[in-house]
Amino acid sequence: MPHEQTAQALESEELVPPAEPHAAHVAPKKVETQADLSAEIKGISDRYAEALKNGRGPETMPRLDYAPYRSSILRHPTKSLHHADPETIELYSPAFGHQDVHALESDLTIQHNGEPQGERIIVSGRVLDGDGRAVAGQLVEIWQANASGRYIHKRDQHPAPLDPNFTGVGRCITGDDGSYSFTTIKPGAYPWKNHLNAWRPAHIHFSMFGSEFTQRIVTQMYFPGDQLFPLDPIYQSIVDQDARDRLVAEYDHELTSPEWALGYKWDIILTGSKRTWTENEAYGDAGDEE
Amino acid sequence: MSKLTPTPGQTVGPFYGYALPFNKDNELLAPGSPGSIRLQGTVYDGSGSTIPDAILEIWQPDSDGNIVQRTGSLVRDGYTFTGWGRGSVGNSGVYTFTTVNPGPTAPGAAAFISVAVFARGLMNRLFTRVYLPENEEALANDPLLSSLDPERRKTLIARRDPDGGLTWDIRLQGGDETVFLDFQQDGSLETSVNADHSARENQA
Repeated sequence: MPHEQTAQALESEELVPPAEPHAAHVAPKKVETQADLSAEIKGISDRYAEALKNGRGPETMPRLDYAPYRSSILRHPTKSLHHADPETIELYSPAFGHQDVHALESDLTIQHNGEPQGERIIVSGRVLDGDGRAVAGQLVEIWQANASGRYIHKRDQHPAPLDPNFTGVGRCITGDDGSYSFTTIKPGAYPWKNHLNAWRPAHIHFSMFGSEFTQRIVTQMYFPGDQLFPLDPIYQSIVDQDARDRLVAEYDHELTSPEWALGYKWDIILTGSKRTWTENEAYGDAGDEE
Repeated sequence: MSKLTPTPGQTVGPFYGYALPFNKDNELLAPGSPGSIRLQGTVYDGSGSTIPDAILEIWQPDSDGNIVQRTGSLVRDGYTFTGWGRGSVGNSGVYTFTTVNPGPTAPGAAAFISVAVFARGLMNRLFTRVYLPENEEALANDPLLSSLDPERRKTLIARRDPDGGLTWDIRLQGGDETVFLDFQQDGSLETSVNADHSARENQA
């Protein structure tokens, strides 16, 4: 079973091969179905519910060891993460500024000559630390599939159309209040080869820095009401429903721009700060040296 | 202790390759410039196979031990050392950075580089450190290293190469698994049910 597989085999398992639209449905190997995976997911979920009932505190992060995502089987540490007090460099974050990121990089719909296909959206929110302080002047990076559920990445050979007017990459620097905003296209769901008929819910990958390197996070933002949530091993690797909900943006009509784009609001809370802050830092005096 | 519950991480997935890398991302200074060294290594999974789709970030003080707070990591001007870099592994699982030996941030402290590891199949980023091998007294006194048993401790110390560079491999799983760090000591954020607290108590 997966334990014997090499990384390369796992990779070829995960990615949809080129050309044949129905390739995912004629895999020659022993086929694991969504029903198999859903049973596994449910087993883990039931055990977690039981543990909660027995007084265990809620989990807030994904499980590193979450076998339903097959590629994780050989890629998770089996030893407990080692408790460490962050020291020196770990208590600071690299500084990013307007030398690094152009203001227009936050609009993914203007990177080519024409308008991309799909539903134009605005995704906005704030980056806060665990104490509710705004994370000002920090880098936010996003990447995503196009409206058809196709990544421009050469490894994505899912036979949905590429959009010549959409790359799916954006960046911005947070404002003094920790705010960020992207204009983009609502990504489509896409198929992958974790198991037969596996589909990822529509999502946007987010990468964020905090004020301390220990707050570094890469995650995925989802859209409300996605029917694929219960079926997706990556979303389900966060076993706690409240924690999963923290990855789901909220439709916000106040953010919606008339006759232009629908608005989604999503705030990101980083892990707690470990450093003793000076007053200047607390007020967002970020280190942009321009 | 933080008041708000943090947002969960998720895997970086297989498709970061057209988004996260950028020109000179792994060159904290120009290769061949005075004081530059190569930091390199291979990322392995639990079967000992190399991982072709991992991406690492390093964050470190300059050679004098100063923590740099200068912008310009994404658009490098070729002169400013920002202390931060990003490097994707190649098909053979090998990463490379051009950087400097980090200086100790306090007299007698062990010099190290902070590392964040991301990969397809890795549910959340992992933090670790890579220490310079030379100052044995500093290494012996380091709070983190001295809290680890000798076998595990080795996984955080780089080898010095004949050309002055550093080699340091990462093993995500297995007997010689790299030590990965949990900085959140205020709850059950990242620890498993059977988290081993003894090392922390030894440290105190």
